[in-house]
Amino acid sequence: MSESIIQIIYLIAAVCFILSLKWLNTIKSSRRGVIVGVVGMLFAVTGTLLQPSIEYFTWLAIAIVLGSIIGVPLALIPMTKVPQRTALSHAFGAMAVTMVGTAEYYLNYAHINTFVMSTLSIEVLLGSLTFTASLMAAGKLQELLPSRPITYKGQNFVNFGVLGAALVLCVLLIMNPAASLSVHILFPLLIVLCMIFGVSFIMPIGGADMPTVISLLNSYAGLSASMMGFVLNNKLLIIAGALDGASGLILSIIMCKAMNRSFVNVLFGAFGQVQASAAATEQRSYRSAGAEEAAELMRTASSVMIVPGYGMAVAQAQHKVRELFDILTRQGVDVKFAIHPVAGRMPGHMNVLLAEADIPYDKLIEMEDANDELPQVDISLIIGANDVTNPVARHDKTSPIYGMPILDVDKSHMVMVIKRSMNPGFAGIDNDLYYMDKTLMLFGDAKAFVSDLIKELTRED
Amino acid sequence: MNPEMLSNLFVFVLAAFVGLEVIQRVSPLLHTPLMSLTNAISAISVVGSLVIAGEGKTLLSTVLGTIAVGAAIINIVSGYMITYRMVIMFKKREPKKS
Repeated sequence: MSESIIQIIYLIAAVCFILSLKWLNTIKSSRRGVIVGVVGMLFAVTGTLLQPSIEYFTWLAIAIVLGSIIGVPLALIPMTKVPQRTALSHAFGAMAVTMVGTAEYYLNYAHINTFVMSTLSIEVLLGSLTFTASLMAAGKLQELLPSRPITYKGQNFVNFGVLGAALVLCVLLIMNPAASLSVHILFPLLIVLCMIFGVSFIMPIGGADMPTVISLLNSYAGLSASMMGFVLNNKLLIIAGALDGASGLILSIIMCKAMNRSFVNVLFGAFGQVQASAAATEQRSYRSAGAEEAAELMRTASSVMIVPGYGMAVAQAQHKVRELFDILTRQGVDVKFAIHPVAGRMPGHMNVLLAEADIPYDKLIEMEDANDELPQVDISLIIGANDVTNPVARHDKTSPIYGMPILDVDKSHMVMVIKRSMNPGFAGIDNDLYYMDKTLMLFGDAKAFVSDLIKELTRED
Repeated sequence: MNPEMLSNLFVFVLAAFVGLEVIQRVSPLLHTPLMSLTNAISAISVVGSLVIAGEGKTLLSTVLGTIAVGAAIINIVSGYMITYRMVIMFKKREPKKS
């Protein structure tokens, strides 16, 4: 009887999770979505604690209290640090899954069946590689580790070798879960190999590929939780894990499409390698301007499209950008923001930063819609974005970013680019946009330059 | 494969399809909150961790389970809180303040 009550509580929790994601479809219902998600989790935890087999509550209570104490400050970090927080929590989740898988294996290896052992192997494989990979990603995003790709000769060979060896170990374990060799050597070795793979697979990944990789790790974390559900014969785990896995998968597909690259290319292509070849470009002429001239032009414009990129996040310029938005809007200029799907370091990164700065979300325009509007726009103002505006993606078949959908800022009447220097962006490709007759380069730190623009715009009011 | 496992497989495949359908409709504006929300939801592994830790069968399983409970709780607490913080930031144009 009590077992069926627990199952019904789990069913309610599963429904809550599905509703939670459904209500995240629109901004209006999104708060409700988060709340129903919390309710689902409370049901899940309560249902579990009702299980009669749970006898030791002291340690559970300590773990729950400690977890909450660490969790709260992690939720209060500034929005610019959201990508690294996300990566870090993927690591925590994957670590939990791996630990449970390990505990389950050592409890039951004597009488585990082939199907359960297969799911357990996948659980531990995905869990342990996601753990170290996410830690690496978090380290790169927090710039504790160099964020540029680290490559060496034969890297893909080594990576595939380690992964292949791990898969062979999985097969051996599935065939013979209770053998003494499996218990004492193969299982621990599997975890070690997967952890090594996690590290080596993130090494060649550069900052600009992070949106795709974070989404992929999100998917893995979900799938491994789902596999844990198979091992523990718990349908709630299977459902919630599958939802998370599906979400990560969709986001990574969207990110790949937005860069016109395949998964394989993102994971094994090491985009940064082309950097060397770009050094030899000849000097070309460009026009630059100061804040005064730029402000004057903006004042006379009737529409401005701001294109934010990771540079805006690095310079923490979003609040200054909001001030600029307010002033221009007050002066009758129609200001909007064009958001490229891979701008920033995770999906939706720019939207969250701009929303935090209090910019109304109906002014944040997706790429397709922005491209419809750009030919009529007087000034495109690019802040800390580069490759997503490079027209070379449209016509130069030899360019590494050829085919990537871009924001057609070159079609607007005038382009302004706030940039520190003429150095090329992450792909190491010179941006033709900067040499066009209608382009003005505004050199300086994004935050400082936008502040200067604001000063100029308010001075003569 | 016994019927129990088969029904688990059914549940997995159907849930994955529900997930794909539901999440495809999420506005790109909300992709970051989506990821932190699914992150919190996938901390459902707390359920497995609680069982492993609470049954206290062996020292190894209790220690691993307890750490796993802690890690999952971190994700639940920080995941839901930060998602809520994010979604309340999205506002329409408030009436003009002069």
